[in-house]
Amino acid sequence: MKVNSPSDIPNPDYKKALLSLLYQLADDDFIIAYRGSEWLGLAPHIEEDVAFSSINQDTMGHATMFYQLLEDLGEGDQDYLAHGRKAAERKNAILLEEVNGPGHYLKEPDYDWAYAVVRHYFYTVAKKVKIDSLKNSSYEPLAEMAIKMNTELYYHLLHWKTWFIQLVNAGGEATSRMNNAIERVLNEFKGVLTLGPLGKEMTLMALIEGEENLTKRWELALQPVFQSTSLSFPPKVDMKKGNGRNGEHTTDLDTALETLSEVYNSNPAATW
Amino acid sequence: MTQHIWNILHSVKDPEIDSVSIVDLGMVNSIKQVEDTIVIELLPTFMGCPALDIIKGNVKKACKEELGTDLVEVNFVYSPPWTSDRLTEGGRDRLKEFGIAPPPKNFTGEEDWQIQCPYCDSPYTSMENLFGPTACRSILYCKQCKNPFEAMKPISTMM
Repeated sequence: MKVNSPSDIPNPDYKKALLSLLYQLADDDFIIAYRGSEWLGLAPHIEEDVAFSSINQDTMGHATMFYQLLEDLGEGDQDYLAHGRKAAERKNAILLEEVNGPGHYLKEPDYDWAYAVVRHYFYTVAKKVKIDSLKNSSYEPLAEMAIKMNTELYYHLLHWKTWFIQLVNAGGEATSRMNNAIERVLNEFKGVLTLGPLGKEMTLMALIEGEENLTKRWELALQPVFQSTSLSFPPKVDMKKGNGRNGEHTTDLDTALETLSEVYNSNPAATW
Repeated sequence: MTQHIWNILHSVKDPEIDSVSIVDLGMVNSIKQVEDTIVIELLPTFMGCPALDIIKGNVKKACKEELGTDLVEVNFVYSPPWTSDRLTEGGRDRLKEFGIAPPPKNFTGEEDWQIQCPYCDSPYTSMENLFGPTACRSILYCKQCKNPFEAMKPISTMM
């Protein structure tokens, strides 16, 4: 089955599963790019500041494209989708909304670089696995976009993998902080890998592979890195704080939305 | 008519590399006339590139100046995906003139990326930062002529 455009959608169930998938993909990229952008000026060195903001810019660009697909399906204006929706309507994984650390980016930020490296690395590997699967999605506009996004992910992966291996192998404080961060991230990572309540329908409609396959391939992609750093394999993932795919979120998301949509909400009708 | 529009698009430069046109960059996918409207399809280089809206505006402006018409539609499409092999030979030369090393051809992501200095052609260069001032560029240093320079990242569907 190939669905070439919104007008080709065969039935309401297909559309429901497609929308659910697109909201997850869009909201995940949107909030992780926002959290990444809060590191601007705070990253360990100037080259990292340049690299990390470039990656966040790409990722925000990907979120925009997913919101564009939602707009094309009649879900409303993409700026509204990005800025106007309440936390309870969002479908991002809880892991991706969590603050970078105590403090505020303008005032005494006590952000944890180990947490940033692990969260972004594991997320990028998971995104690569999903994008590879989406290249064969039955929804053609999504498949086309996945092919394009894949070319950019190559550089993100290279970047985070380098940081991850170097810090895990560095010994001392770096290794112990990385180990703590790995534990924290894995405790919520199931929330990234899950496709939510309509996961089975998504697979049935050939929109994306099932979450068991995706999880397996995420593990396999990490295997050589885990083995080269003597981390125990396979990583055990959990979802302790709840399932963002069901609209469950923490107050971290509320405060993030308040900040990031402040300008938008000052005049939603304005053209920027 | 279509040929004339191609010529006009040659005058629309990348806002951040003003010696290279969007035709040189391989960003123009198609030019069609649909009734009275000219429909131009462009391929974005990087999806989050903030220059895209500026390019769109500049294409419309150039068409209006040259043809006197507002009936120009500019759409960004993702298929075929833009890859760095779409750069023209002229585009590669003009990138070098601007101080940016052109990307390697037929890049698969498996091989080492050999980069020659755009000023002295020396292969004796080092990568300072894979990520540069814009999404499509990296920062390098030439150990031969001791100049910092940038390189356009290879982008390929083989990666």
